[in-house]
Amino acid sequence: MVTPTGSTLRLTADREVCAGAGQCVRAAPDLFDQDDDGLVVVLRADVPPEASERALTAADWCPSGAVAAHRPR
Amino acid sequence: MTRPAPEPFTDPVAATAPDPAAEPVRTHEDTPFPLVRSCPFTPPDDYAGMRERPGLTRARIPSGKRPWLVTRHEDVRAALSHPAASSDARHPAFPALGDGEQAVAAELRPFIRMDPPDHTRVRRMLVGEFTVRRVRAMRPAIEAVCAEQVEYLLGRQTPADLVADYANRVSTTVICRLLGVPLDDLEFFRRITSISGSRDSTAEEVNAALGELFGLIDRLIDDKSKDPQDDLISRLATGPLARGEITRHSLLSQIGITLNAGHETSRNMIPLAALALLEHPDQMALLREDPDLWPGAVDELLRYLSVADVITLRVATEDIPLSSGTIPAGDGYIALLGAADHDPEVFPEPERLDVRRAQRNHVAFGYGTHQCVGQNLGRLEIEIALRVLFDRVPTLRSELALADLPARSSSAIFGLDEVPVSW
Ligand code: HEM
Ligand code: SF4
Repeated sequence: MVTPTGSTLRLTADREVCAGAGQCVRAAPDLFDQDDDGLVVVLRADVPPEASERALTAADWCPSGAVAAHRPR
Repeated sequence: MTRPAPEPFTDPVAATAPDPAAEPVRTHEDTPFPLVRSCPFTPPDDYAGMRERPGLTRARIPSGKRPWLVTRHEDVRAALSHPAASSDARHPAFPALGDGEQAVAAELRPFIRMDPPDHTRVRRMLVGEFTVRRVRAMRPAIEAVCAEQVEYLLGRQTPADLVADYANRVSTTVICRLLGVPLDDLEFFRRITSISGSRDSTAEEVNAALGELFGLIDRLIDDKSKDPQDDLISRLATGPLARGEITRHSLLSQIGITLNAGHETSRNMIPLAALALLEHPDQMALLREDPDLWPGAVDELLRYLSVADVITLRVATEDIPLSSGTIPAGDGYIALLGAADHDPEVFPEPERLDVRRAQRNHVAFGYGTHQCVGQNLGRLEIEIALRVLFDRVPTLRSELALADLPARSSSAIFGLDEVPVSW
């Protein structure tokens, strides 16, 4: 499938597997936060185009595989 | 650059009868390990060859076990995040570099050597203490600690020791304050970790050292259960322990590993990082011009030095396929963080310290579910300790040439024993 450039990414974060070290928050503080227990919270599931690189970096840095960035179909 | 495809592994030691009079085989199937660093800044030279050639390297460690060595960045990440990666030291193939370490870890079960779901339960009791936000709030307190300890350093006669007279004092004070351990004896932890973290220690020696530490923590748990303060031990004692979610025996191990891991890593990183910047005045000048480069510089120093290189010991509970070959089920392996952090496919010119290298996908803190729980604290502590040191002591210089500095070669975390400095 060819995705038009500028189309938005959609973020998911699996709190069951989150290891809580906050790499996602470091990569994209506008998209992720950690709750008081240290687990991931998605602040913006629909990533604005200007933040898509940060979203992909967060998915790359996340050590536990909790963060995923998908192109919605 | 593409790498040659992996070849099927044939074991030359098994294929030919060994001649006992011959030199030990030094093929890549029987590499004596651990290797030593020829330069204190750089992971061992032989890692480069291991990364390049097809097939995994098999090591021979002092216990006689033969774990596989994983060296490419993509493989190290894959091998540490694979569901079949076990950290359980009770497994006979677990490749501990010291026998003392294996026996003690199997008995005490610190969560660094546990698998899910046990690991997950313990780790979740701690992650809330180390979030990006919680650690950011610690900045003023850590600045105050570093400011105080740099005055202590300046009060010493030169040459002073950057390890004992600064880095050890900073790292011990920071971790003890966080946990709520009173600070009567700043050398106490240095003595304990130098025994518990050494490959040369026997199980008895490690047990005796940890026994002293656990006695102290045990008394603190009692005191803080009755009279809780604003610290981590109080929160664990009045929370998970009081609710019966963790046994006292396990809690002692978990507090013990957090103290040890949080103390030794920063203690070793700070002097090495300071020396690395002294050796690279061009990089130092960049930081003086633009202090906003500091956080990136700390990640680059973590990558470049990769002091926890050989901490990531695992056993494959199923076959783990990697780009360089498959780790067979049941075998031990070591995912070499320093080798991954110097992989030229990911970090161009890896041996160059470049504080503007905007690449933070290094694995100095590991990868997978065990990735360092204290990494946000570690980063901040190193940054502040270095900034305060260089601001307050701008004429700092090392008294010895790099090659003459005594290395802590028997420790699981790479570091220098002593770094004499003047100003
Ligand atoms: C400053 C530099 C530091 C480095 C380079 C470092 C490195 C590492 C590495 C590589 C691991 C993963 C071990 C494995 O996968 O088997 C780890 C785990 C750990 N680190 Fe750190 N660390 C540092 C600082 C700290 C600090 C300040 C703390 C304080 C709380 C800490 C506490 C821990 C703990 C408790 C674990 C075990 C986590 C788990 O198994 O889930 N570390 N560290
Ligand atoms: S980076 Fe991954 S593991 Fe870490 S807090 Fe974010 S989601 Fe959790």
